Amino acid sequence: MDAFILQLLNGLDKGSAYALIALGLTLIFGTLGVVNFAHGALFMIGAFCSVTLSRILTLSYETVDETQKDFLGNPLVVKTPYVEKWFGPETGAAIIDWAVPLAILFAIPVMIFVGYVMERGLIKHFYKRPHADQILVTFGLAIVLQEVIKYFYGANPIPTPAPGAFTGSFDFGVLLGFDPNAIIYPYWRLVYFFFAGIVISAVFGFLQFTTFGMVVRAGMADRETVGLLGINIDKRFTIMFGIAAAVAGLAGVMYTPINSPNYHMGMDFLVLSFVVVVVGGMGSLPGAVLAGFMLGILESFASMNWIKDIVPGIDQIIIYLVAIIILLTRPRGLMGRKGVMED
Amino acid sequence: MSNTNFTRRGLLKTSAVAGAGLAVPTIFTGDVWADAHSGYLNAPQGSTVTLGFNVPQSGPYADEGADELRAYELAVEHLNGGGDGGMMGTFSSKALEGNGILGKKVEYVTGDTQTKSDAARASAKSMIEKDGAIMITGGSSSGVAVAVQGLCQEAGIIFMAGLTHSNDTTGKDKKANGFRHFFNGYMSAAALAPVLAARYGTDRTAYHLTADYTWGWTQQESIQAATEALGWQTANNVLTPLATTDFSSYVAPVLNSGADVLVLNHYGGNMVNSLTSAVQFGLREKQVNGKDFEIVVPLYSRLMAKGAGANVKGIFGSTNWHWSLPDEGSQAFVKSFGTKYGFPPSQAAHTVYCQTLLYADAAQRAGTFNPCGIAEALEGFEFDGLGNGPVLYRAEDHQCFKDVLVVKGKDNPTSEFDLLEIVEITPRAQVEYAVDHPMFAGGDLGTCNPGA
Repeated sequence: MDAFILQLLNGLDKGSAYALIALGLTLIFGTLGVVNFAHGALFMIGAFCSVTLSRILTLSYETVDETQKDFLGNPLVVKTPYVEKWFGPETGAAIIDWAVPLAILFAIPVMIFVGYVMERGLIKHFYKRPHADQILVTFGLAIVLQEVIKYFYGANPIPTPAPGAFTGSFDFGVLLGFDPNAIIYPYWRLVYFFFAGIVISAVFGFLQFTTFGMVVRAGMADRETVGLLGINIDKRFTIMFGIAAAVAGLAGVMYTPINSPNYHMGMDFLVLSFVVVVVGGMGSLPGAVLAGFMLGILESFASMNWIKDIVPGIDQIIIYLVAIIILLTRPRGLMGRKGVMED
Repeated sequence: MSNTNFTRRGLLKTSAVAGAGLAVPTIFTGDVWADAHSGYLNAPQGSTVTLGFNVPQSGPYADEGADELRAYELAVEHLNGGGDGGMMGTFSSKALEGNGILGKKVEYVTGDTQTKSDAARASAKSMIEKDGAIMITGGSSSGVAVAVQGLCQEAGIIFMAGLTHSNDTTGKDKKANGFRHFFNGYMSAAALAPVLAARYGTDRTAYHLTADYTWGWTQQESIQAATEALGWQTANNVLTPLATTDFSSYVAPVLNSGADVLVLNHYGGNMVNSLTSAVQFGLREKQVNGKDFEIVVPLYSRLMAKGAGANVKGIFGSTNWHWSLPDEGSQAFVKSFGTKYGFPPSQAAHTVYCQTLLYADAAQRAGTFNPCGIAEALEGFEFDGLGNGPVLYRAEDHQCFKDVLVVKGKDNPTSEFDLLEIVEITPRAQVEYAVDHPMFAGGDLGTCNPGA
């Protein structure tokens, strides 16, 4: 039972990341009709916003300490962050410690800008082109973006820890009547789950309860009619691209303490996220979220040792197996709409 | 009536060929190599000789590959008489003169392995066929090393392996044209297990997470055997796909498995991510069976330890070499590398620098670039002054035997390079094994192939 609950928590956590990325993918596909293979790269750029802010906050001035030696035997050059000089050692250290949450504020404008530039500079030229062209150009863009990141940040993972207040684990076991330490779950992963819930709710609320969102939803349903009403739907769709980029970026920012970011992390999520979108139903936002959590949980359960003993390798194929079963029984996915990607 | 077709002329021809064949073993000795700049693949004809450096320049090990490339460039500079000479000054063999190899200026070409076997073979093949490389060296993965070693054997080129730690490289996949300076999984386990038993006791139960490829398998087999020999038990061994990024699903079952030690048979990004997950799940604060839970990483790399950040503190592992070693050779190399590049070299940089010098020295001593002459010069070669104490290149499997470093993640690092501290230098005798040891069984060294 304790193993089951642990994997359920794991699944919710994985599902959070899948759902956030799939949500952004669906927003772009639903509004612009573009299959964006560069979406994983947006997740990765978000993570590197966190790394970048962390580096900005640790920009340092150098002093030479004659009493210590470096690896070549020369006097040691000691680096002290400017924030510690400006705000005092304790406050400065606290600001650096909270770099990841602070990166949310940094990433939102950066990601909206990146999304805007990407859409205006490249993707808008492919609206009328076949999906195969869109996939090729966005996949190429994804490779270019990750190589740019690798050039500036290197190929190795870069540690970006959570604030000290969120290190350690929460003991669910005690709450549920199990032995202490039987079911513990890292605080930051819980934070990630709740953060994903907030972002997903905000996106749905924005689309559901604002005039802007209403127009966008109308445009997703029937772009031509909305255009005939004299509404500049293209401009709104460009903004939606920026918002989708910000959602992917925020998912990346908050993911950095879970796995040290590297240039390839977007590709690791991309294929799975597309499967999530297809299983959820092309163009369906609730479908993307539902499928994200469902596949995350199933993937975690498939990693349990006794299940792998019965079906070796099931943890590697479970997502694709479920996708095949769902698409055979529900060809439009869990919540897919008629007419989407069927022309 | 006779049916034979023997003629006097035919008999003479046959005898001549057979005689030459029988004479081969005696030809391949001593000074016979002296003027031999022909009769083998890519024999250098002009005033230069070309070496092929095959390292990951893209992909997940690109940073390690970049450090290897820096060390190769430094080695070439030193071989051609430039710089401060580095470890050429401390190397026990004094055959090298700083005028290239056998008087030929050393040049090099590079290839990108991408840490993929097929890409690595393609780039090695290109360097051999198009660039005329006389030797191929490099790599940061055992899968790649085994693949390229096989290619070099078929082509008739010497392969000086870079960072490859699988037992198989000089075990079941050993080749007569391939040589490894780096240590292996068995040696890591033989050095690490006694230290673990001394620190954590002999009544321990280990849970292994293992990268699902040749290096992971042999590393796990080695550390399990070494720890069980000292009284540890093994609760489980779970194979994790190389492409795994989030290890939470694999770490969570450890919590209630009854194990009190987690052994991460992972390297590179896998190690960084699995260790991060294990620390996040509070394993290091956990108590099981009345003992503190411990994590072990059998193969450490400073470059990778940097990626794991503070998570490596206090965690034991092993390494082939570390820049803080005080011996003359290590310090000469650190000074040379650090002055040129501004930071200390990694173990990957060290091993490829050594391999380049060892190849050049062997050619110099043999008086030829013929792979068979170089193999003969390297087989059974004993040397010192390259940072690992006295070393033997064993003739039977082409594996170097030397001291092994047991290290620990440093609690209070003073710089971004100061991540590991040396706990013990395990003497060579403790990590030696017989050629026919079961973990290295199978395969055949074969005979050297000169390629022509």
